Amino acid sequence: MDLKFKNKKITGILTVLPKREILFEDEMGNYNFSIQKSLKLKSAMGYNKKRIVEEGTTSSDLCVFGLNYLFENKIIKKEDIDALILVTQTPDYIMPPTSNIIQGHFNLKQDMICMDINQGCSGYILGLIQSFMLLGQDNINKVVLLNADVLSPKVSKKDRNSNPLIGDGASITIVEKDLENSKIFCSVKMDGKGANVLEIPAGGARLPSSNETAILKEDRSGNFRSQNHLVMKGDIVFNFVQKEVPPMIEAILKKAKLTKDEIDFYMFHQPNKFMLNKLADKIGISREKMPSNIVGKYGNSSGVSIPVTISDNIGNKTLNNKYKLCLSGFGVGLTWASMIIDLENLNFCKIIEY
Amino acid sequence: MASLKIKIVKILNEIRPEFDFSEPIDNFIEVGMLDSFDVVTLVTSLDEEFKISIDGVDILPENFATLECIVDLLKKYVDK
Repeated sequence: MDLKFKNKKITGILTVLPKREILFEDEMGNYNFSIQKSLKLKSAMGYNKKRIVEEGTTSSDLCVFGLNYLFENKIIKKEDIDALILVTQTPDYIMPPTSNIIQGHFNLKQDMICMDINQGCSGYILGLIQSFMLLGQDNINKVVLLNADVLSPKVSKKDRNSNPLIGDGASITIVEKDLENSKIFCSVKMDGKGANVLEIPAGGARLPSSNETAILKEDRSGNFRSQNHLVMKGDIVFNFVQKEVPPMIEAILKKAKLTKDEIDFYMFHQPNKFMLNKLADKIGISREKMPSNIVGKYGNSSGVSIPVTISDNIGNKTLNNKYKLCLSGFGVGLTWASMIIDLENLNFCKIIEY
Repeated sequence: MASLKIKIVKILNEIRPEFDFSEPIDNFIEVGMLDSFDVVTLVTSLDEEFKISIDGVDILPENFATLECIVDLLKKYVDK
């Protein structure tokens, strides 16, 4: 589905990353692999370091920390927030919505909208789309888009498919109306037939967590995980991304009447370096235009990986420059979504540590 | 063709030195000689060795099942 928005813009991005850093080598002994093979995996996939939270830290903790930073430094005012959207797969509770908890924590005005959206790898783009739609209302002038995922407790430490790459994090993106005639192009696709390709089988209503779902079992490749853990069928995800994302990028560039070279950066979700390099080659752009440094620096924080990529690679430069970006997220759902958007003269764009 | 095979076997033997990839095998993946991460390492090595970029949509288990399959895949890129 193609979508187009006018007169909307991002005015600031703050990324919150946990201070706790884990090295790939720290956990290499967990995997049913020789050291030599693990190091080959590290090199091919671009794994190195990841940031994960201390036990007990939740998505709302990271969001509250970031919002507090913005309020205390008088970067945004509480009373200006007309909507609070939280995109997460790891809410604090099944109910109530975590966005309401955050609203209550800061005693924000009642005359506003809070909503949680359950999306992952494409969650940044879907959150931006929802923000732009809300800004179509006369009474909504400033949307705070929160993306947060704390998936590290949901991953088996003995699962080399997922554990080396999963990181935690949150981002806060301020989205506002734009008086300039800005145009934003989006494309979104979904395929629920692939819903089990990336899943946490137990813990919901269909299969509640129990002693039985917590039993670690070995898969064909020697990974140990329980039904309470994240399961990623990596080869299927890889093939889905390689098949679906390049044509989506071609189509969105055509809609926007842009050439590949007119995009300054392709800021994509970052599951691993190998996947991104293959995407860059297929799309026909230099690998330098598609940063792949984040998964090895901070880990893959699901819906937060795109704002981390922006903040880390061009953070300060966005304060005084204009960038035409192509964003793309792909994964759980299955969902894949892309967006062409300008970032210009942001009020802030940085990473802080929790 | 022969030199292509020799180079591929050399790379495969470096990835999984415990196996002999020059022996006729029905399916490297099904018998457990290559797993999905070995395929990633193999593609990276083949890309570097032959100065190519194997298309992501070609990175399917069936294209790495036997030596002949890998040779056929490579011919798509090396002969270009």
